[in-house]
Order: sequence, then structure tokens, then C-alpha cells
Amino acid sequence: MSLAFVTDAVAFFQAPVKSLVHLGWIDITVIAIYFAMVIYIGFYLKGTSNTSEEFFMAGREMTAWIAGLSFVSANLGSLELMGWAGSAYQYGILATHWYWIGAIPAMLFLGIIMMPFYYISKVNSVPGYLALRFGDGTRGLSAICFALMTVLMSGVNMYAMAVVMKVVLGWNLNFSIWVSSITVAIYVALGGLRSAIFNEVLQFLLIWLGALLIPILGLIEAGGWTNLKHQIAARMGNSDYTHLWSTTAHFRDNPMGIHWTGLVFGLGIVISFGYWTTDFLVVQRVLSAHNLRAARMSPIIGAGFKMMVPFIVILPGLLALSVLPYHLVGEAQAAITGQHSYNEVLPLMLVRYCGPGLLGLGVTALIAGFMSGMAGNVSAFATVWTYDIYGAFINKKASDSHYVSMGRWCTFGGVIISVVTAYMVRHAASIMDYVQALFSFFIAPLFGTVILGMLWKRATKAGGFWGLLSGTCTAIGLWLWVEHDPTALRYVALSADAKAMAADMYRALWSWLVCVIVTVVVSLATAPKPDSELAGLVYGATRLPEEHDDHWYQKPVFWASLIAVIFVGLNIIFW
Amino acid sequence: MRGHTSIWLFSGILLLTYGVIIMATGLWELGHPLAHPPVLYELHAPIWWGAIMTVAGLFYTIRFRSHH
Repeated sequence: MSLAFVTDAVAFFQAPVKSLVHLGWIDITVIAIYFAMVIYIGFYLKGTSNTSEEFFMAGREMTAWIAGLSFVSANLGSLELMGWAGSAYQYGILATHWYWIGAIPAMLFLGIIMMPFYYISKVNSVPGYLALRFGDGTRGLSAICFALMTVLMSGVNMYAMAVVMKVVLGWNLNFSIWVSSITVAIYVALGGLRSAIFNEVLQFLLIWLGALLIPILGLIEAGGWTNLKHQIAARMGNSDYTHLWSTTAHFRDNPMGIHWTGLVFGLGIVISFGYWTTDFLVVQRVLSAHNLRAARMSPIIGAGFKMMVPFIVILPGLLALSVLPYHLVGEAQAAITGQHSYNEVLPLMLVRYCGPGLLGLGVTALIAGFMSGMAGNVSAFATVWTYDIYGAFINKKASDSHYVSMGRWCTFGGVIISVVTAYMVRHAASIMDYVQALFSFFIAPLFGTVILGMLWKRATKAGGFWGLLSGTCTAIGLWLWVEHDPTALRYVALSADAKAMAADMYRALWSWLVCVIVTVVVSLATAPKPDSELAGLVYGATRLPEEHDDHWYQKPVFWASLIAVIFVGLNIIFW
Repeated sequence: MRGHTSIWLFSGILLLTYGVIIMATGLWELGHPLAHPPVLYELHAPIWWGAIMTVAGLFYTIRFRSHH
């Protein structure tokens, strides 16, 4: 009996025979040191997370730099790293839009305009803000959607990482899933948000150290950026792969099948602002800042680093177009032909340039990316569940220590749901697409609700609730329409030439518009809240504290302007 | 907050450890070349990348050690 169990257990974690590379003992040592360090940090910080404020909000003690790096790192998951490197190989430099116009303006807007309201209201979460502004109905709707989507997305990320580890390193899928998720569960459950943030800063550093050699050595091999552009143009038969905007005048003119209006309005305004300003996964990191100035500077510092991420994610994808002696293909074709898929481009480039030691560091960077993303999801899930679902609707009068205990158990619960999701995706790959679509249903309308709540005093409780609900239903309805009848894409995305990504942009735009219109109409038809109840929540009814910076270079608005100028400059350079 | 160990000290220690391991590996490879070297192996990336990490790790470890 026991022998059979051991045999089953060994088979469960047994490595596949074929892999791209085998790690030596030095690489294994580098990876093991990383795991030891992150678990040690969890145990070290255990004593600092005894109250709910400490466990869920890291005691609101973080400096602007730590909160800012954590803000970017929580978003830099495995899909973000490997997926976008694969997209750069597939679609060219257009993938950079998800890092620049799809992030920078929204992050600066969060720091300069929105952060004061989140911070002054002293809420613990985005649904918590909605509770103060629009009541418990809107809070409940947003909290349930967020909690569900967060753990599902975490599972999708987990599966994506495990597949790459299997193909590239020959690691068993079960081994990758369980070892990484148990590690995350331990350090987040022990040290709460503080532990997650400390590890995210460490992981951000590791991601850069492990991945930076790829573009450096790749550019040396390709002979510089200008030569790289020529080589890609010669290989692909056109120069569309190295232009950010000049090919977006028509859906047919670029590899992504996207139009500039979709990029600017759908991605740049709705999706980006929705994600970076209302997704609690990232906003939670900024709320942990020790004062308002640090809270405003965190997203601005984060924007500076975010702007540089294409160097280690997009550039390797472009370099692969030039230097790899073979072609990569989509996941479906790779499964049939045994070729490498787009999503493996980053590990493939890593193996190309890195020998023993550096290879271990690069693999550690990929694992760190996955773990930072998962820790972000799990800690945000634990907070929203405990504060906005359990504490708000199920058990309102529990003690503080009970809520901390609930948060710790929730961390394990979130990890288990993520693992279950990863196995569901393993057996039905289409679930991955559904989960990603589900996530997009909610984020765009939520931005409409939050932004009207913050900037428009007249928005009412009923307006907020019905706007959010109708916007979410619109997104689901449009998605179902295109699923049922693919030709409907010409109406949803304004062109029959549009591709899936363009459909996402326009669906987000329409659902946001419906949310805003319904919120405005219902608000005008219902009784407004008096100004006294809106203090600290809405622009025009809130007296913002004066900031006394000694020098002009200490002002958040100065740094935001500088980042904005660099952002515009980069878009012009790579036009 | 228990103690005042900065995250930058943890970062420094990790950088230093990795830097020493990777630089030592690079130096070892000078006398024992790899049978299947990666592309641009002749640039000896592990030596200079490891050295950069070691120096950065030393700086952060010493700079933030006083807060411990």
C-alpha cells in the first residue's frame, strides 16, 4: 500500500524525458538560494503582521520607492513577461503599446489625480471606496467579481508558467505548480502584505538581473538597433514589425490587425485606466505608503520603471525574429508539430546566451516573475474577501485578530483555488481564454464607476450600482455576440479586418461608455447625496491637504511631467 | 515593526551571493571551457556581470547594514 503510494507520488512529480536544456548544480543552487530567501523573509516578518492593518495594509509604512517597485512588480507576472515577449515575436514592436500608452498615462493619473481620494478616505480596498461612495450594493458586486477573477487569473498564470518550465527545463507540471504555489502561500500567509511587498521588490530586482543580459548580448549579436531593424525587415518581408504608430492607420496594415483609435481610446484610456487605477491588485501596494506624498510618488516611480520593461520583454522578442535560426509558432500548432511556441521565446533567448550560473539566474527571474504576480493576486484576494465580503456581509462584528486569522486562511484558500484553476486549464485550454475575457468584462465598467464617483458630486448610489451592472452586462453581451457570430466583429470592432485584440479594445470602450451613460442618467433621475457626506471622497467636496515640498524637484507633479515628456519622446522615436 | 532590517539589505545580500557565485563560475570556465558554449561565450559575460552584481551587492549590504 505504502509502496504504491510512493510510486504514485514519484510518477506525479516525474520529469518529462525531453527538454530544451538541463540545469547544472550551480543553476539549481542559484534557484534554491532564491526559494530559501523568500521563505526566510516570510518567517522574519511574521511578527510584524499581528493586526489587520499590519497584515492587509503592511501597517501603511512603506516608502514611495518600495511601494512603487512593488506596484510594478505585482503586475509583472509570468504571462506579462513570457506572454508579451511572445507577442513581440508575433506582432513586433506594437506589443510595446501595452507597456507605454497602455500603462504610463494611467499610472501618472493615479498618482496625481486619484490617489488623494483613495488615501484621504483611508479605505482598505477599492470596493471599500465604492462602499463609502455608492453603498454596499456596488461594493458587493465589485468585491465578488474582483475576488473571483483574481484567483482565476492567478491559476491561468500558474499554468502558463508551468508549461514553459516543462518544455524548456523539463520540469514536471505538478512539481512547478505545487512548489511555487506552496512557497507563495507560506510567505504571504506568514507576513501578509508586508512580506508580499518585500518579496516583490526583491523579485523585481531579480527579474532585471536575470533578463537584462538577453537584450544586451542580443544587440551585440545583431550589430545594434539599426541593423536589427534591417534584419527583421529582410526576414519578414516588410518593416511593419518595428513601427509603433505609422502602421495603425488601417486594421490591415499591421500584424496585430488593430487601428490607432482602438489603441488610444480602448487600450490607452479605458482598459489601461481601468486596470491601473481600479484593480486592487496594484492599488493595494500604493495604499500601503506611509504618507500622501509617498502614495502619490509610488505610481510615478512605478511608471518610470514600467516604461523600461520593454527593454527586457519586447526587445528579446524582436531579437528572436532576427537571430533565431528557426521559426516559432502558435500554441496549437506547437502541440501538433513539436516546434517551439511564441510563449517560449524568452526562455529560448535565455538559453541562447546564458551558460551555467547565468542560466540559473535567468530561470530564477522567470520564477520570481510568476511568484510576484501570484503573491499580488493572493494578497489582494485575501484583503477583498476579508474586508469587503466576509467582514461586510457575513460577520460584521468579529475581533481584529479573527479577521487576521481569516486573512491567513484566505491566503491558503486563494492558492488552492488557483491550483484547481491551473488544473482545469490543463484539461481544457479554452478556459484560459474565457478567464482572460471574464477579467476584461469587469475592469472597464469599474473604471467608469470609480472615476465618476471621484470627479462628479452628482453621481448617486443608484447611478453607481446600475451603471456598473449595465456596463458589465454590455461587455458580456458583446463577447457572447462575437462568440456566437464571428461576423459581428465588424460591428463591435468597427471593421471586418479587426482581430481578437482589437475586439477586446472596442468591447472595453463600449462597456465603459454604457456604464458612464447609465450612471449619469440614473444619477440625474435620483436624489443626490449632500456635500457633507461626500467630504474626502469626491473632487469639489474635499479639501486636499497642502503639500509642503521644500524644492520644486520634490513635487510629484514635476516627476510626473518628466515621465510624460520621456513617454511622448519614446513614442515619436519609435513612431 | 520588528527590528529595522531594510529590504535593501536583503537585496544587497542576495546580489552579493549571486554575484560571487556567477563570477566564480565565469573564472572557472576560463580554465575549463564548456563543451557546448552559448552564443557570444567569448565575451565572458558571467565574469563581468557577476562582478557588477558583487560590487552592487557589497554597496547595498554595507550601506544598509547599520540599520540592522
